[in-house]
Amino acid sequence: MNLDFNELRLEQVTRRFAGAGGAVAALNELTVTIKRGEFIALLGPSGCGKSTALNCVAGLLDLSGGRIMLDDTRIDVLPPEKRGFGMVFQNYALFPHMTVKKNIGFGLLMRGIGADEAARRVQKALELVQLGGHEDKLPGQLSGGQQQRVAIARAIVIEPPLVLMDEPLSNLDAKLRLEMRAEIRRIHRELGRSTIYVTHDQDEALSLADRIVVMREGVVQQIGAPAEIYGRPANLHVARFMGYRNVLDMEVESSNGNAVTLASGPLCLTGTAMQPLGGKRAWVAIRPEELVAADGGPNLIEGVIDNAEYCGRDSLIDVRTADGTVLHARAPASSAAGAQVRLTVSPERVLVYPHE
Amino acid sequence: MMLAAANPRFDRALLLVMPATAFMLLLFIYPFIYGLALSFQPMENAGWLANYQKFFTTEHLWMTIGTTLRLALPATIVNVALALPMAFRMRGTSRSQKLVTTLLVIPVTLGTVLIAEGMLTYFGPRGWLSQTLQWLHLYEGPIRLTHNYWGVVISLVISGFPFVFLLMLSYITGIDPVLARAASTLGASPAAQFRHIYLPLLIPGIAMAFCLAFVQAFSVLPSAVLLGAPAGPTRVISIAAYEAAFEQYDYPMASAIAMIMGFVQLIVVAAVLSLRGLFYRGPVTGGKG
Repeated sequence: MNLDFNELRLEQVTRRFAGAGGAVAALNELTVTIKRGEFIALLGPSGCGKSTALNCVAGLLDLSGGRIMLDDTRIDVLPPEKRGFGMVFQNYALFPHMTVKKNIGFGLLMRGIGADEAARRVQKALELVQLGGHEDKLPGQLSGGQQQRVAIARAIVIEPPLVLMDEPLSNLDAKLRLEMRAEIRRIHRELGRSTIYVTHDQDEALSLADRIVVMREGVVQQIGAPAEIYGRPANLHVARFMGYRNVLDMEVESSNGNAVTLASGPLCLTGTAMQPLGGKRAWVAIRPEELVAADGGPNLIEGVIDNAEYCGRDSLIDVRTADGTVLHARAPASSAAGAQVRLTVSPERVLVYPHE
Repeated sequence: MMLAAANPRFDRALLLVMPATAFMLLLFIYPFIYGLALSFQPMENAGWLANYQKFFTTEHLWMTIGTTLRLALPATIVNVALALPMAFRMRGTSRSQKLVTTLLVIPVTLGTVLIAEGMLTYFGPRGWLSQTLQWLHLYEGPIRLTHNYWGVVISLVISGFPFVFLLMLSYITGIDPVLARAASTLGASPAAQFRHIYLPLLIPGIAMAFCLAFVQAFSVLPSAVLLGAPAGPTRVISIAAYEAAFEQYDYPMASAIAMIMGFVQLIVVAAVLSLRGLFYRGPVTGGKG
């Protein structure tokens, strides 16, 4: 397999499963190009088709349509063992009857690489994932984090052109997850291998990826750099998924270019249209972090704190306005339920989406 | 477990195992001890080991051990060797795989006598197989697959296969299929996946299935009588015990033969299980679930 490939192209990759009342497309015409060395995250809620896409690339699922090209080679017709991609599975899938050393060396054994060369490369991989001293243990004797390191070492020791990771951190506890996240980032930086990383955790995707593919119900919603996905979600679904918890249905009063003024009862907001607005009503999406307590400013909202969740550095508050609308906001840690509060939000951070 | 260690008080839930324990004592332990004691009380006024001495000095008695092993071991080996690849092919859950599994398992519902009946009409000298071969001029001579060694072996394979197949199937489907997928992404062909992943993880299951199938085949009686040559080549140990008990009414001798039979089974089972100890035994999944 060509190690120094330039790009992996997924062209209208489709996968249908037989379901009640006909075939259901778990993945619908996914088209994305992955460049050499790039770290791509497939992000979406469970059932969005991200794991299906990964399994299609790995060769563990056949395509129902489309094709996958590695430069000029069509690879979707090859069985997984001929593709040579390294894969890290959600539950690690370590061979329970093999020692750490044998697990990592398995891919090299299958490639017929000599014992000396294999031992040298296994040792190097062990050092890379910082597991020296554990080489003769069985997977059952390792902690979850250590098992994950073995799984990563096993996938990268074969020096694959592409590394595939299927929610590799979802079985770890919060602290370990943060550690392994940094670890994965470091390994990617050191080896520079192209990686496709599947996750439902937006923080993971934002912190690891060069580019994020947001998916929903088998369809790509947005492809972009983390800052773009975070700051400018392409549609309401992406916005909701990226933590825009305040979603309001409001009436369009006037618009001037992208600037839109909307109203709903006593509430009046100026926002930025993310897509051309068609109808009289539109969705408004605001992130809790961007609704800040202040005495004056643009988009001033008054209300009473309904509920305050203490989060240490600050508090997450629910604010009820005069007409009963509840907004989620961040406020100083001292905020208490029952208090009057004024919130303000910059018009650039009030995202407006059309009704579909 | 931690709780139990910290609190050594009597666990009243243990009382629930009392009925099962009583059942075991009454129906298994008691007859076994009774038989063991009886075997040391020969009918003629002889020494307490007379029955055993007689067994190992009388040719048509001690020969039955070898005869039974020659039937039971090959039949068990064939069954395991056939069931393993077939169960492996049937590990999926597609409709056709379920259908084939059902067809393969049906013989388990037939008793040995019914199988013998069928085999006599099929494999007998004037049976369908013989007639078809003669009609096709493939083989003219008489086909002797019943009332000899082969009749019993075939019958043991037919009646034992579904049992071994089901056992193997449950062991194979217990192995996380993600392991094979992981192996395939690392470059393992389907054959290599079987050799490096499935086979090592199946060793304990194979050993277990072998032991159970062997014990079943070793105590063969009906097919050895109905399909074999009970006077000669298929005079198995259970026939010797049956004759002692119900033709000579020598219960102590029959008990002694039964004890010897159990001992031989125990030796084979112990040998297989100790071989298993040389291999990996442990969980067959690839991580914390």
